[in-house]
Amino acid sequence: MNRLISAAQNKPLLSYVTGFVLSLALTLESYYLVVNHVFSTSLLIGSILLLAVVQLCVQLVFFLDLDKEARPRWNLVMLSFAVLVVLIIVLGSLWIMYHLDYSMNPTQTNTYILQDEGIQQ
Amino acid sequence: MTSHLSAESSTSKTFFGFWVYLMTDCILFATLFATYAVLRHNTFGGPGGQELFSLPFVLAETLILLTSSFTSGLGTIAARSFNKKQTLIWFGITFALGAAFLALELNEFHHLASEGNSWQVSGFLSAFFTLVGTHGLHITSGLIWMAILLVYVVRRGLDATISKRLSLLGMFWHFLDIVWIFIFTIVYLMGALGA
Repeated sequence: MNRLISAAQNKPLLSYVTGFVLSLALTLESYYLVVNHVFSTSLLIGSILLLAVVQLCVQLVFFLDLDKEARPRWNLVMLSFAVLVVLIIVLGSLWIMYHLDYSMNPTQTNTYILQDEGIQQ
Repeated sequence: MTSHLSAESSTSKTFFGFWVYLMTDCILFATLFATYAVLRHNTFGGPGGQELFSLPFVLAETLILLTSSFTSGLGTIAARSFNKKQTLIWFGITFALGAAFLALELNEFHHLASEGNSWQVSGFLSAFFTLVGTHGLHITSGLIWMAILLVYVVRRGLDATISKRLSLLGMFWHFLDIVWIFIFTIVYLMGALGA
C-alpha cells in the first residue's frame, strides 16, 4: 500500500502510466471503429486520423515530456518545423499526383475533362 | 562550478541534437508515407489492403509495440535513478517485446511474399514494403543498440554516460512507436476500409 502511494507520487512514473492507458484506449477505439464500420467510410477515415493525431500528442506529452521543456522551447520549434515540412511533402505529393493522374490518364481525359472543361465535340 | 555547468549543458545539447535527428527521421518517413499514399491503389490487378491485411494480427503488433514503448519509459526512469536492476528488467522486457513485434512483422512479410505478393509485383506492394520495412529496420537497429547497452550495463555497471545513452534509446523507441501509430492508421486501418 505504501509502495503504491509512493509510486503514485512519482511524477515521471505517473506520466508514463497515464500516457500508456490513454494510448491504449485510443488504439482500441480506432480498431473498434473500423472493425465494426461504425460510421460511413469518409467519416471513419477522419475519425481514425484524428485519433492518431491525439495519440501522437499524448505520446509527445506523456512519454517525451514535450510540455516540460524550459524556455526557449527549441524542441517544440524543431518539431513544428518538421511537421510543416511533412505537411508540404505529403499534401503536395498527393495534390500533384492527383492532378497528373487527372491530366495524363487517357480514359479520364476523354470522360471527365471534356465534361469539366466544357469542351464541345 | 563551471565543470558542473558544462556537463549539464553538454547533456542537454546531446538530447537536443538527438531530437533534431529524430525530426529528420520523421521527414524521411513522411516521404515514404507520401509515396505510399500516392501508390496505394496501384495494385496492378492484384489484391489490395482489404484482401491482404489481417486486422487482429496488426492490433496484436500494435499493442506489443505500445507496451514496449511504455516499458522503455520505465527503463528510462530506472536509468536516470541509476537503478541497475530495474534498468535491466525494464529494458529487458522492452527488448523481448520489440523482438516479438519484429518476429510478427517478418512473419507477415514472409507470408505475403511466399503467396506471390512481394514488393516486385505492384506499386502498392513496393510502397508498402518500403514504408513498413524501413520502420522494421529502425526497430532492428534499436534492438541491436539496446542489446549493446544492456551488455555494457551488466559488465561495467550503470554510470552517467550509459544512463544518458539509455535515455536517448528511450527517445528513439518512443519515436518508433509514434511512427507505428500512423502506419497502423494509414496503412492498415485505412487499407482495410479500402480508402
